[in-house]
Amino acid sequence: MKEYKTISKIAGPLVFVEKTEPVGYGNLVKITLSNGEVRNGQVLDTSDTIVVVQVFEGTSAIDRNAKVRFLPEAIKLSVAKDMLGRIFDGAGRPIDGGSEIIPEKRIDIIGSAINPYARAQPSDFIQTGVSTIDSMNTLVRGQKLPIFSGSGLPHNEIALQIARQAKVVGQKENFVVVFAAMGITNEEAQHFIRDFEETGALARSVVFLNLADDPAVERLITPRMALTAAEYFAYEHNAHVLVILTDMTNYCESLREIGAAREEVPGRRGYPGYMYTDLAMIYERAGMIKGRKGSVTQIPILTMVGDDITHPIPDLTGYITEGQIVLSRELHRKGIYPPIDVLPSLSRLMNLGIGPKKTREDHKQVSDQMYANYAEGRDLRGLVAIVGEDALSDRDKKLLHFAAEFEDRFVRQAKSEDRSIQESLDLGWDMLNKMPKRMLTRISPELKEKFFKGKE
Amino acid sequence: MATSKGTIYRIAGPVVVAKGMQARMYDVIRVGKERLMGEVIRIEGDFITVQVYEDTSGIQPGEPVENTGEQLPVELGPGLLGSIYDGIQRPLPVLKQKMGDFIARGVEAPGLDRKKEWHFKAIAKKGDKVREGHVLGEVEETKGFIHRIMVPLGVSGTIKEIKTGDFKVEDIVCTLDNGNDGAKISMLQRWPVRRARSVKKKLAPETPLVTGQRIFDILFPLAKGGTAAIPGPFGAGKTVSQQQLAKWCDADIIVYVGCGERGNEMTEVLTEFPELKDPRSGLPLMNRTVLIANTSNMPVAAREASVYTGVTIAEYFRDMGYSVAIMADSTSRWAEAMREISSRLEEMPGEEGYPAYLATKLAEFYERAGPVINHNESKGSLSIIGAVSPPGGDFSEPVTQNTLRVTKTFWALDAKLAQRRHFPSINWLNSYSLYLDALEPWFVKNVAADWRILVNRMMGYLQEEDKLLEIVQLVGSDALPEKQQLILEVARLIREFLLQQNAFHEVDTYCPLKKSHMMMTTILNYADLAQASLDQGIKIKQLLDIKAKDRIGEAKFDKDYARLLQEVQQQMQEEFDKLARGGRR
Repeated sequence: MKEYKTISKIAGPLVFVEKTEPVGYGNLVKITLSNGEVRNGQVLDTSDTIVVVQVFEGTSAIDRNAKVRFLPEAIKLSVAKDMLGRIFDGAGRPIDGGSEIIPEKRIDIIGSAINPYARAQPSDFIQTGVSTIDSMNTLVRGQKLPIFSGSGLPHNEIALQIARQAKVVGQKENFVVVFAAMGITNEEAQHFIRDFEETGALARSVVFLNLADDPAVERLITPRMALTAAEYFAYEHNAHVLVILTDMTNYCESLREIGAAREEVPGRRGYPGYMYTDLAMIYERAGMIKGRKGSVTQIPILTMVGDDITHPIPDLTGYITEGQIVLSRELHRKGIYPPIDVLPSLSRLMNLGIGPKKTREDHKQVSDQMYANYAEGRDLRGLVAIVGEDALSDRDKKLLHFAAEFEDRFVRQAKSEDRSIQESLDLGWDMLNKMPKRMLTRISPELKEKFFKGKE
Repeated sequence: MATSKGTIYRIAGPVVVAKGMQARMYDVIRVGKERLMGEVIRIEGDFITVQVYEDTSGIQPGEPVENTGEQLPVELGPGLLGSIYDGIQRPLPVLKQKMGDFIARGVEAPGLDRKKEWHFKAIAKKGDKVREGHVLGEVEETKGFIHRIMVPLGVSGTIKEIKTGDFKVEDIVCTLDNGNDGAKISMLQRWPVRRARSVKKKLAPETPLVTGQRIFDILFPLAKGGTAAIPGPFGAGKTVSQQQLAKWCDADIIVYVGCGERGNEMTEVLTEFPELKDPRSGLPLMNRTVLIANTSNMPVAAREASVYTGVTIAEYFRDMGYSVAIMADSTSRWAEAMREISSRLEEMPGEEGYPAYLATKLAEFYERAGPVINHNESKGSLSIIGAVSPPGGDFSEPVTQNTLRVTKTFWALDAKLAQRRHFPSINWLNSYSLYLDALEPWFVKNVAADWRILVNRMMGYLQEEDKLLEIVQLVGSDALPEKQQLILEVARLIREFLLQQNAFHEVDTYCPLKKSHMMMTTILNYADLAQASLDQGIKIKQLLDIKAKDRIGEAKFDKDYARLLQEVQQQMQEEFDKLARGGRR
């Protein structure tokens, strides 16, 4: 393989190499520094005269004398069953002091799109034990349901609780957690790993860590590494894989950094115009395939910049994922955990996973009714601030009370509290029973007959 | 032009620059050793820029390129219905067969099955003089659906020979004498997707596209041949609305384009549609549907093409004299695909990075809609319903704005409504339809003479409510005069019973116009009776306690709605009578 010493320009994370043989687009690049250190990169742009390489470990200390080799293949991840229980860095190298992985297979990390015709429709209810998710924004296997959070909110706790408690009721199956950290702090990472170790979850987990002080460009491959591992376990070992990606905001910042270094025309807020496609190629790797037993379910976590849900990162994510779980600073301030705000939250696949035989016949209608009541109750708070509670009608007072009770009893639960869906729905009825029967317009007469225990 | 060959000079993502080759704009190019499909989008001296419809990883400079000399075509003929295609009309089931569960690249798959035989029944006779678009014969493509085989556009002559029998799509079924060397016609036609198929004359819309969705049919109707935009932030129910329309609207043919959307959502469509029955014919909905699925992680250039592929197929069925509706979900993803490619070309960006030609492209696309008289004198129509996904739900962004400039119906989705589970979450104050007047005669003739009057009263209550709510926010509803409290109550009935509709309930999912009309009548009946009672001095509290009005909503879920609503009206009358007798204070 030829080595080139024809670097003409180094800018940010990019290296420009001249006068090469034909180099394939997207191929892997090895750069050897004068001190013998080897850096990895990927071809971003290739032509007869110049090749642009993005360097994952950063360009510091690279000079024009560095030697560049172009490998005739794309970036691959070595996968094996032994990866379970192991911890890797953001580029897939073991960092837990254990031995190297003996690869069963080497897989291209970019991944291919699942043929929509080959997809199986997700329909298995995953019980997370969190009432606001299970009964109001149900997660199903093969779904991608992000958590939209903000700085300082307990999204990591929630992710851990879900990872600990998630199960499909009545099934004992091969369950694997793939955890990918992008740009999170060492402290946060330690917290995750400690929790994994304490609960014994690490044995069925694969962990990829790109920490805040690791190279930013490496973050671009971390989620792809994780998803490649997830697909391997799902489709070759029939595992049900839950992938937690945190924090996608850091990923997008890296994407912007590369875009800026390439002097691309920026889109909204400086993020590249192809960010939608790029994110889609990550998120769309969730799913189930007809005739295969395993599944990939994703919970990406992102912190909203300035709690702004219209910021490009949550915005584009929301357009790709099948719903979102939104955390609220207001609830957090009130001391409510998990501070999930159900109103902007949504699970698009909810209807596929609930109902008779799956959860319970009253699930949808109870959920709709609680949504309607809570929304109206919250609106009334504004009014109360102006005219006082006494000026409200009886109906409005009941709604106001409902909203308070909903937050205090239904949303609030302990970090170790694993509520079954039956418990969550019963709790819902417990609150709805305090409303007059005719105010429950979202619930059919038959179900009211069966479940309603309050007054007319 | 002769095919010519060149080599690759540069590759950056989906954009490849080739040199040493002759090409026209939008010629289809085969790129690299794997012969990936691409299209010429810029010519600069000897350098030809190609957007490639497949992943370009691993392709090297120096690999060969070949110009096919053809513009991106779509194949038209029997076999389209019930098909599921990717953005460049490759059947997804065939791709699955050829390359497994994941989309690989470099696989060619023709849009129409070459081996399947169809029964062609000739209608034209030997010696007939035929012109473009004239019907030569018929094929029963799916049960009950007649696919008309037409003379390709731009061809005319005298029929020399025409055969009835079983043929494959490429077999010659008819030969024409046209003074030159004649024309051989098979059931398969090709047409470049970026060019609109011509018609004899465009007409003005006068028939509604009945959707079975109350808020659309009553307040914001779309005409057959009309254009509509559904913009909304994520989670507001865009896709469910589009799917409801695709399922229930009364077009003969539905083309559903999933452009840059979610894989699992397309699966939902693919799983559900074959099981659903057309409420009019009782036949599977799939029999009248063509699906195009190019999910967000499939190649971006193919996403750009998918909308054109869809609309061209739709035009072809329109040419046969059918009413066709195309749903594009979402046109924002299409616009973003244009933006992505434009930015790779380093073009000067317009607003928000979109190319300056965005408005033109959108207008061109929506202009392909319309009720028409075809070349064969039949009447057809093509309605376009485009979903728009504005970033951050901000309607002032370029795609929404440029779409609104060319569409006549605007269904504004509202995240606030969705959050309180008001579905379909169409905001009744922001939405509009410019077809109300044009369609009025149809409603009067086919549903009820007072249709428009009722509709206007509905809208009146809703607008009044909006004004009152501002006051209620400040002082609470009890402080309002009784008349206004009544208005709020009537508006609530309209919102909860009429506008809310459950897409997942087997009865409520489709609402016939007669039912809509009867529900409106019943609600207004309450309004009128209550108003009269107020005038007679009865207290608003008693009127709000009328039990019958709360039963109107039950009609949504009842197949035998007419009986139920009659019962409700009767009960209502009795309750009011009772109030009038005893309640006066």
